Amino acid sequence: MSVMTVEGFNAYYGSAQALRDFSIELQAGEILCLLGRNGAGKTTALKAIMGTVRPESGRLVLNGVDLTGSRPEEIPRAGIGYVPQGRRLFSELTVWENLEIGLMTRGQGREGLDYALELFPVLKDRMKQRSGTLSGGEQTMLSMARAMCVNPTVMMLDEPTEGLMPSAIAGIRDAVTRLRDGGVAVLLVEQRVDAVLSVADRVAFMDHGEIKARFHIDEVRDNKELLHRYVGVGH
Amino acid sequence: MNIAPYLLLATLEGLVQASVLMLTALGLSLVFGVMRVVNVAHGEFFMLGAVGAWICATLIPGPPAVAFVAALVLAPLFVGAIAWAADWAILKRIDYNPEATIVATIGLMYIIQQTTLWSFGPNAQAVDAPFYYTLRFPWFGYSTYKFFIIGAAVVLVGGLLYFLRHSKVGLVMRATQFDRETAQNFGISVGRVYSIVFAVGAMLAAIGGVLVVPAQQAHYLMGHDPLLLSFVVVIVGGLGSIPGTIAAAILIGMSDGLLSVFFSPTLAKIFSTLLVALVLVFKPEGLFGKAGR
Repeated sequence: MSVMTVEGFNAYYGSAQALRDFSIELQAGEILCLLGRNGAGKTTALKAIMGTVRPESGRLVLNGVDLTGSRPEEIPRAGIGYVPQGRRLFSELTVWENLEIGLMTRGQGREGLDYALELFPVLKDRMKQRSGTLSGGEQTMLSMARAMCVNPTVMMLDEPTEGLMPSAIAGIRDAVTRLRDGGVAVLLVEQRVDAVLSVADRVAFMDHGEIKARFHIDEVRDNKELLHRYVGVGH
Repeated sequence: MNIAPYLLLATLEGLVQASVLMLTALGLSLVFGVMRVVNVAHGEFFMLGAVGAWICATLIPGPPAVAFVAALVLAPLFVGAIAWAADWAILKRIDYNPEATIVATIGLMYIIQQTTLWSFGPNAQAVDAPFYYTLRFPWFGYSTYKFFIIGAAVVLVGGLLYFLRHSKVGLVMRATQFDRETAQNFGISVGRVYSIVFAVGAMLAAIGGVLVVPAQQAHYLMGHDPLLLSFVVVIVGGLGSIPGTIAAAILIGMSDGLLSVFFSPTLAKIFSTLLVALVLVFKPEGLFGKAGR
């Protein structure tokens, strides 16, 4: 069943078109990965869904509710958890206060928090610590935990493994997989192809603000030519 | 010459000045910190608080304390409502653009000032203190009402800090201050937060005006000095830094009191202006601000 449908988003930065007819459909319990080079429009696509970049045209439907033209604060309340690029923690606030902001988004209780702390138990001992003083891996965990506190039906992650040690990447990958297995629809933006191939169910390649091609992960995994053509790796 | 009595008097006057300044400057700092709006009309909210106290004193019969308590409640509410309306009618329309809000609040300043002149008149008006009791020192007597100003400011600032640190609204305000876009990504209505912050900032200035008016007089131009000193405090303390604003208000208020008693009020103003210049040259982020915020 489709939980999120984005149809024909067109967005601009000044006169430059950043998104061209961007359309995706996400099912519950799947991971769709947006791949593409720097500047391909992946982050803009997520921001357009969140409403912080206003698309000039297009339609957004979440859980059967048409959210087209909604104010930015209404979109997360409808059930989207977002892990922005660079984590974007409230660095002067404590770990607990960051999580509290997530809990307040929909006010649906502590279920998401309990699940997040089960996935990232290290945060339990850091509750009173200022989030800006956490390590890079812990900051990513907190950013994910904060988004999970929303109790989302759709989780969007923008390069969550950026700048992390391999051990931390494995933890994030495991958390994303468990979210999917719990029935959450995941939209993952990544530049690291290896991080995608092991978790994604479907892949969409973006270039110049446009989705150029879509594949099931099995079609991509061993197709080096395809990967080279769209993201410059594989040879 | 025994300087002890002069020193005590200067310290007390400095503390009174610092207390009122702390309230007024905190309002300005809160608005800048969260909204990034330089509110040039902030002094007029202070003036409206003082005029509101005079209106209460004129209209409410009975002992002065009754009118004063009513003014402490009604004047900030009235000023908060004006600020809320100004935010809705002006600041939201220009999308809180930093340059445009400076020009817009200059306009707001003149509108409030001239409307007050038209309705209140050009004369300064005295307001009775809610109680008269003089504390006798060996060298001079000192109004206990001024101690009340200091106590009230400490309680209000303590309450504000507690509200910001421990309430959900305070948490939302701090989150919006740190990152507006991420706050929106978690369902925070930034527009509503801005309206609340602008109203709360104006109410703090209005309370300062109510508290000070029995010790001064209400006048339609009385907002200029508090505005100037609040800017000095906010720049010295660090733009948007609440602890910095409190520390700088005490520093500027105390220095103003001491220099005014021992030398002249003009020298006190020169000192605070010089301090701002030095801070801007050597520590532009302010004594308690963070570089690059």
